[in-house]
Amino acid sequence: MDYSQFLAMKQEIALLVVFLLVFLYDTFMPKKAQNATAAFTTVVFAIFTVLSIADMFCPCSTADATAFAGMYVTGPVIMAIKNILNIGVLIVLIQSIKWANGEFMIVRRGEFYELLLVTLFGMYLMISARHFLLFLIGLESASLPLAAMVAFDKKRYESHEAAVKYLLTAVFSSAVFMMGLSFVYGLAGSLYFSDINLMIFGENSALAVVALAFVIAGVGFKLSLVPFHLWTADVYQGAPTSATSYLSVISKGATAFAFLVVMVQAFGMFYEEVWQWMLYALIILTITVGNLFAIRQKNLKRFLAFSSISQAGYIMLGVIAFNATGVASLMYYVLVYIFSNLAAFGVIGAIENATGKVDMDDYNGLSTTNPRLSFCMMLAMFSLAGIPPFAGFFSKFFIFAGALQQGTIAIYILVLIALINTIVSLYYYLLVVKAMYIKTEEPCQIPTFRSACTERLGLWISVAGILVLGVGAVFYNYLLEMTTSLGLFGSIM
Amino acid sequence: MDATIQILILAIPLFMFLLLGLLGKYLSPKIAGILGTTAMGVVTALAYYTAFNYFFSGDPNFQREIIGEHGETVVEHLQYIVFNPVWLEFYGNLHINIGFMLDSISAMMLVVITTISFMVNLYSNAYMRDHDGVYEKGFQRYYAFLALFSFSMLGLVVATNIFQMYIFWELVGASSYLLIGFYYTSPAAVSASKKAFIVTRFADLGFLIGILVLSYYTGVFSFMDFTSAPVEGLADTYHISLDTASTVLATKFAGSAAPMFMGCSVLTWALVLIFMGGMGKSAMLPLHIWLPDAMEGPTPVSALIHAATMVVAGVYLVARLFPLYLQETTALEIVTVVGAITAFYAAMVACAQVDIKRVLAFSTISQIAFMMVSLGVCRPEYHHGVGYMASMFHLFTHAMFKALLFLGAGALIHAVHSNNYTAMHGLRKYMPVTHWTFLIGCLAIAGIIPFSGFFSKDEILTACGEYSIFVYIWMSAVAALTAFYMFRLYFLIFWWKEHKVHDPHHAPHDQPWPMTVPLIFLALVSCVAGFINFGDFVTYNGEQHTFDLDWTVAGISLTVAVVSIAVAAKMYMKENPLPDKMAAALPRLWDWCYHRFYWDELYMFITHRIIFGLICKPIAWFDRHIIDGTMDAFATVTNKASWSIKGLQSGNVQTYVWIYLIGALLLGTITYICLI
Repeated sequence: MDYSQFLAMKQEIALLVVFLLVFLYDTFMPKKAQNATAAFTTVVFAIFTVLSIADMFCPCSTADATAFAGMYVTGPVIMAIKNILNIGVLIVLIQSIKWANGEFMIVRRGEFYELLLVTLFGMYLMISARHFLLFLIGLESASLPLAAMVAFDKKRYESHEAAVKYLLTAVFSSAVFMMGLSFVYGLAGSLYFSDINLMIFGENSALAVVALAFVIAGVGFKLSLVPFHLWTADVYQGAPTSATSYLSVISKGATAFAFLVVMVQAFGMFYEEVWQWMLYALIILTITVGNLFAIRQKNLKRFLAFSSISQAGYIMLGVIAFNATGVASLMYYVLVYIFSNLAAFGVIGAIENATGKVDMDDYNGLSTTNPRLSFCMMLAMFSLAGIPPFAGFFSKFFIFAGALQQGTIAIYILVLIALINTIVSLYYYLLVVKAMYIKTEEPCQIPTFRSACTERLGLWISVAGILVLGVGAVFYNYLLEMTTSLGLFGSIM
Repeated sequence: MDATIQILILAIPLFMFLLLGLLGKYLSPKIAGILGTTAMGVVTALAYYTAFNYFFSGDPNFQREIIGEHGETVVEHLQYIVFNPVWLEFYGNLHINIGFMLDSISAMMLVVITTISFMVNLYSNAYMRDHDGVYEKGFQRYYAFLALFSFSMLGLVVATNIFQMYIFWELVGASSYLLIGFYYTSPAAVSASKKAFIVTRFADLGFLIGILVLSYYTGVFSFMDFTSAPVEGLADTYHISLDTASTVLATKFAGSAAPMFMGCSVLTWALVLIFMGGMGKSAMLPLHIWLPDAMEGPTPVSALIHAATMVVAGVYLVARLFPLYLQETTALEIVTVVGAITAFYAAMVACAQVDIKRVLAFSTISQIAFMMVSLGVCRPEYHHGVGYMASMFHLFTHAMFKALLFLGAGALIHAVHSNNYTAMHGLRKYMPVTHWTFLIGCLAIAGIIPFSGFFSKDEILTACGEYSIFVYIWMSAVAALTAFYMFRLYFLIFWWKEHKVHDPHHAPHDQPWPMTVPLIFLALVSCVAGFINFGDFVTYNGEQHTFDLDWTVAGISLTVAVVSIAVAAKMYMKENPLPDKMAAALPRLWDWCYHRFYWDELYMFITHRIIFGLICKPIAWFDRHIIDGTMDAFATVTNKASWSIKGLQSGNVQTYVWIYLIGALLLGTITYICLI
C-alpha cells in the first residue's frame, strides 16, 4: 500500500494534531495551567486555520487527491469549504472563551473543546467522503458528541432536556438514513457514490424513490429542513449559547455542503426526475414554516433557531441550482451566514454571560445602555434579512442568481416564493432592531456593561466580515472562478 | 506597464475625502485646507506626468505610425487600458469592470480637471474665510467634498466601460449636490441643490435606460467593444475604429433586422436616451433649469463643477461614444438641434441678468451648447472631422477661461458681499489684478485674437460652415451675443460710474495671494492656449492632423465680435439712459429674457398642477388603499397561519419523531405517485 496517499488528508491530520495537543494539554498540564485551556485551544486552532488557508495558495495543493481507494477525495473547492468552516469555528472558539472560563466549567472545559474538534473532524469526513460508509462515520461523529455539548449546562434542566431530545431524534434519523442506505445498496450493489450514480432508474423505481426520500430525511435532520426540524428550537434554546452557535452555523454549513456532494455525486442522475421535486417541496416548506414560527418567538435563541431553519431553505437553493454557480453561491452563502449569525450569537452570548437575559423584551431600549452591542446586532439582523449593502444581500442575490440559471419556470416560481418570504423575514428581523432602538418609557432591563475582550474580538471579526464581504465581491469572484473552471462535477469531484 | 501613478491619481483624492470627511473635525481648518490643496497638487503633477508621457513619450502602447490616405506617414494616438479589473461579475459577458483608460481625450481631461481643481483648492483657502481671516463653518467638510468631486470626475473620464462611467456620473452628481447645498442653512441653497439633483437624476434615468437598451442588444458594456479595435501584437492597446462600431451594429443589432421602436431604430433610441443623460449634466434645454440655481453654492465650486468640469461631462460622453453616434446620424442631428437652440436661448437670457454669477451660468450653458453643436455637425468627410477636434479644443479653452471668470467673480463677490453688478460699478481702480484678468477672460470668451477662445470658436464655426450655412449663421449670431453680454457684464462691473465707497477703511481691494495666483495663472493659460495645435492631440479617429485656420471665417467672427463689443461699450461704458430705453422699447423681449423665458414657472406648473394633481394623487390613493390593503392582508394571513401551526411544535419528542417519519414517507410516496 502506498502510504503517501494519507498525505492527501493533510487537513484532517492537522486537525487531529490540534485535537491531540488540546487533549494532552488538558490531561497533563497542572491545574493552574488548565485555566488557559480555552485560550490554548483557540490559539492552536488559529494557527491551524492560518496554515490551512495558506496551504490553499500553495501550488502543491491545486491537484485533486484521493485516498482509501477513492473513499476519500480532496481538491481546491473542498479545501476552501473546510477553510470557511475553520474561520467559523475560530470565531466560535473566540466567543466561547469567557463562557468556558466560568466557574462551573472548571473541570470540564477541556472536554467541550475536545468534543467540538471531534465533531469538526466528522464534518471534514462528511465533506470529503465519496463512499457512504465513510460518510456515515463522519455523520455520526459529527452528531453524537454534539448531544454531549448540548447537555453541557449541567445545572440547567433545559440543557438536559435538549440533549435528550437531540439524541433521540438523531438516533431515529440515523436509523432512517441507514434504512435508505440499505435500499441503495440493494439496488446498486455498492456504496461508492460513483457506482450509485450509474444505477438505472427503472423497474425498481419505487424502492429508489423511497431510498432517496430516506437519505434526504437523514441529512435533512441535520440541516433542520421542515418537517425534520422539530428538534431545532428546543435544542437551540436549551443548549449553552456556544454550543447553539456551533450547531446552527458550523454543523449546518458543513452538512449543507456534504448534502450537495451526496445529491450531485451519488444521485445526480435522479436530479431531473426525482429529487429536484423533493427538494423543491422541502425548500418551500422550510422557508415558509421557519418564517411563520420565527414571527412569534420571544426568546432570542429560539428566534434564531427558526431563523436558521428558514436560512437553511435558502442555502438549499444552491443545491437545487445544480450547477457550478450554485456551488459557489452556496459556499459564499455559508460564509456570510457564518459571519452574520455569529455576530448575532456573539451579542446574545455576551449579554447572557453578563446578565443571563435572552428574551426579546429584555432588549427593549438596549441602544441606550449598550449602543455598540446594539449596533452589532443591528448589522447582523440586516445582513440576515438581506439588506444591501451588507453581505447578506449579496449572498441571497447570488444564490438566487445561481438557481435562476436552471431556467425552468418551476425554479422561477420557487425563487419568487423565496423572495416573498424574505419580506416576511424582514419583519421579524426588524422586530429585534425595533426593540433595541425604538425608545420605550421604561428603562432598559440590561444595564450598561463592558463585555470581555474576547467577546469583542469575536464581534469585531464578524462585523468586519459582514461589511467587507458586502462591499468587495472579490471573494465571490474567486469562488466562482474556481467552481466554473472545474464545472459542477469537477468542483466537488 | 506600471500602473502605480494611475492608481494614485484616483486613490489620493478618495483617500483625502475619507480622511477629511471622517477625521476633519479633529483637524484645524488651516491644516485641512493645506492638506487638501497639497494632495490635489500632487495629483495634478501625476496627471501632468501621465498626460505628458501619453502624448510625447512615443511609447508603442500610446501611439503608432500608420500610412494615411495619401500615402504619408501619420501618427495615431492609441487607447491604452492601464488596468481594468472585474468589479462585479454576473456571468458570461455580463460583468462590470472598474478601470483606467488612457487615450487622447481622457489624457486631456486629466489635465483640465486637475488644473482647475488644484486652482480651486488653492483659491478656496482664502475665499472660504471672511475678511478677518475666520474660516467658514464646515471648512473641512468643504475640502472633503472637493476631494470627492475630483475623485469622481477623474473616475468618470478614465472609465473603460459605460457602466463605470454611469457610476462615476452619479457620484459627480452626488458631490455636486453636496457642494451646492454647502450652505445648508440657507433655504435657497437647499432647494437649489435638490433641484440640481432631481433634474439631473431625471435625465440620468434616460441615460440608464439607454445603457440598458444598448447593452441588451449588444451584450457588452466596454467602450473598446463599441468604438475600438485591438492593436495587433500589443495587449491592452486599442485604436479607435469606425469599422468596429459598424460591425457591432451589423452583427449585434441587425440580427433581427435592426429592431424598431416607434419609428426609429432601437440604436437611435439608445443613443438619444444616453444623450438625454448628457443633456441633464450639461444643462441643455429643456433640462437646463438647475444650473443657474446651482450658483447658490460657493463660487469656487461653481468654477470647478458648474463651469469647467462636471457640466462638460455630457459633451465628453458624446465624444466618448462618437464612433457609435456616427453610425446613427439621426441622433447627431438631435444633438445639433438641441445644442443650437440652447446656445441661442442661453445667450439671450444672459443679456438681461443682474446677478453676475447667473450671467456666467447662462454663458456656460451657451458655450457648452457650442461644443455640443460642434460634435453634432462633425462628420469624417467634412475637413477631417474638424468638429470633434473643435469641440474638445473649446472644452479645453472654455474650462480655463470660464474658471478664470468665475474665480474673478468670486473675488468681486468676496470684496463687495453681493452678487449683483449694481453693487459693483467702477471697480477697476480698486481691484486691478481682478480687473485685468477678468478682461482677459472676457476677451477670450468673446473670441478676440490672440486669446484662446478665438481659436477654438473659430474651428467650431468652420465645422458649422462645412455642415450647413444656416447653422453657421445661427452660431455666429450666438457668438455675437456672447461678446455683447460678456462685455455688458464687464463694463457694468468695472466701468459705468465711479464706485461708491461706503467706508474708506473697507474699500474693495484685491484679494490675498491664494486667490490672485489662480487668476493670473488661468489668465496666462487663456492667453497662450489658443496657439496649441490641438489637432496633434485630439481628433475623432486619433490620427494627428494639422487644422489650418480658415481666415475667412476668422475674419468674419472677429469683425462680429468687435462690433458687439463696441455696441456694449457704447451702451454700458458710461452711465447713460440708453439701456433703459432699449428695454422700454422692447418690453416683452426684455421681460422674457429677464425671467429666463419662464421655464421655471412652466416646470412648476407641470410638476405641481399636472404631475402632482393628476398623476400623483390617484397613485397615492391607489397606494394607500389597494397596495397597503394587500400588504395588510398578507400580514394578517401570515399571522393567522403562524398561529394555526403552532401545535406542531409541541415540545413532545414522540410527536417530533412521528412527524419526521410521516414526512419522510410522504416525501417518497407523493414523489412516486407523481412520477407514475
